[in-house]
Amino acid sequence: MVLRIEARWEIPYVHSAGEHATKFFEALKEKRILGVKCPKCERVLVPPRAFCERCYVDTDEWVEVKDEGVIETVTINYARFTGLPEPPYAVGIVKLDGADTGMLAYLGGVDLSDWKKAHEKLNVGTRVKAVWKGKPEGRITDILYFRPVEE
Amino acid sequence: MKRVAVVGVGQTNFRTRRDDKTHPELTREAVSRGLEHAGITMDDVDAFVFGTMDPFDGINCPDRWSSTAAGLGKPFMKISTGGTTGLTTGIAAYQHVASGLFEVVVAVCTQRVGENVDAQPVLNTAVDPIYERHSGVGAISVAAIQATVHMQKYGTTEEQMAWVSVKDHENALKNPYAHIQKKIGVEDVLSSPVVSSPLKLYECCPRSDGSVAIVFASEEKAEQMRDNPAWVIAESSISDSYFVGDRPDLAVWDSLSIAGRRLYRLAGIDDPKKDIDVAELYSPFTIQEILELEALGFADKGEGARLAEEGVTFIDGDMPTNPSGGVLCTNPIGATGLVRLGEASLQVMGEASNQVDGAEVALAHAWGGTLQFHALMLVSSHKKLRR
Repeated sequence: MVLRIEARWEIPYVHSAGEHATKFFEALKEKRILGVKCPKCERVLVPPRAFCERCYVDTDEWVEVKDEGVIETVTINYARFTGLPEPPYAVGIVKLDGADTGMLAYLGGVDLSDWKKAHEKLNVGTRVKAVWKGKPEGRITDILYFRPVEE
Repeated sequence: MKRVAVVGVGQTNFRTRRDDKTHPELTREAVSRGLEHAGITMDDVDAFVFGTMDPFDGINCPDRWSSTAAGLGKPFMKISTGGTTGLTTGIAAYQHVASGLFEVVVAVCTQRVGENVDAQPVLNTAVDPIYERHSGVGAISVAAIQATVHMQKYGTTEEQMAWVSVKDHENALKNPYAHIQKKIGVEDVLSSPVVSSPLKLYECCPRSDGSVAIVFASEEKAEQMRDNPAWVIAESSISDSYFVGDRPDLAVWDSLSIAGRRLYRLAGIDDPKKDIDVAELYSPFTIQEILELEALGFADKGEGARLAEEGVTFIDGDMPTNPSGGVLCTNPIGATGLVRLGEASLQVMGEASNQVDGAEVALAHAWGGTLQFHALMLVSSHKKLRR
């Protein structure tokens, strides 16, 4: 039997979102979602970023997209991992109306206990709408999750 | 570019924990075995390239510690590209020799994924703290969202994905270095707990501790060292967008297709199905082997799921894939890509533990980052591919 030494990392950080993305977070306080339009390929990028990676040009044109869209894919997590959300929780990619890229987000509003039934309700192509925090703080977590909407 | 060959492969046994050894001791185990396999000593090595993915080991820059077992006093470089690290390290070491600057270079990758109690929170620290980290996303969930789309778009079934796992587990039983050594059937996979839907426990890799070293040599040195070197025919790598949601279609792996086409063009390969005998792919999750086989031209789009089910990718099939048992049975993350190259090289040397009969051309692949990077290397028992 060898000696085992326990260790733990708890190192505080204060991250900058940068001047560009700060605009996106300011808009979240008003429950508005902003993207940027690439002047070259004309894709509307959400989440917004200061340059289009494909065209390598600045993206200064801000456009508002809807807080509803379509599920592109989903998974429901059932395993418990240290420091990660309490299972079960659904994560997927939502393409918001007016955006050309998908956004990683929580999905909810349905029973997640049976994954196959939950996948039927959160199927690829399902229309969803954002459920907002009562009082948004200008954080990505202001969007609690996206839930299916009746057509 | 100078011609280069793999002349030595050294692996440690991979296990959840290698409590018997420290980081540099594991590195030394792999390096010693690699040098021994090449029939050389430390004095013959000109430079080292070291790979690891911080901070799985709980030590930032463990290359500081491990460099003591990787050629003290020699030129030293560290590589890190997430899960791709191992193969990027192989590419870097290859380029050292191909450039003509060095004659004999060792690539070595050590990783202790088993020393942290959960790999997923570490993977989550690789996600930006501004937009995406809150989602808890790690490797399993991104593979799962690929699976959801592939099933929806192409009708891929849970049973078909399970066959990939059955095949890899059967192969791992022949590989003494493999971590998971367990015979399982399709029913075992389907009845195992769902981790990230639709992926189940037996469709997900373990966390492994271990190390691997590969010796690269110039043409002249390689021919002095052994009569069956694995000649490096070509390499290729690529980066993709950071945000997973930027990809237009998660059911296809476009960036890997592009990297594959670059590799095939360099190697002069017209039909990978005919020209490549065996593949070692980075598929820690069943769905990813399917996507990779399609992206690399071994199956048409949407047809990859049939290969394991129909036996094509089994050791006696037309396109043996992951005869080592693959990443699904052994995953020391930052070392895993180099294990792929080691196993591919052993196949064309004719020395693999689960040898594909008459293998002359073998492909090694690794991906990393949130589906973001790919690396590919092609090795052969011949200096040039016969066409």
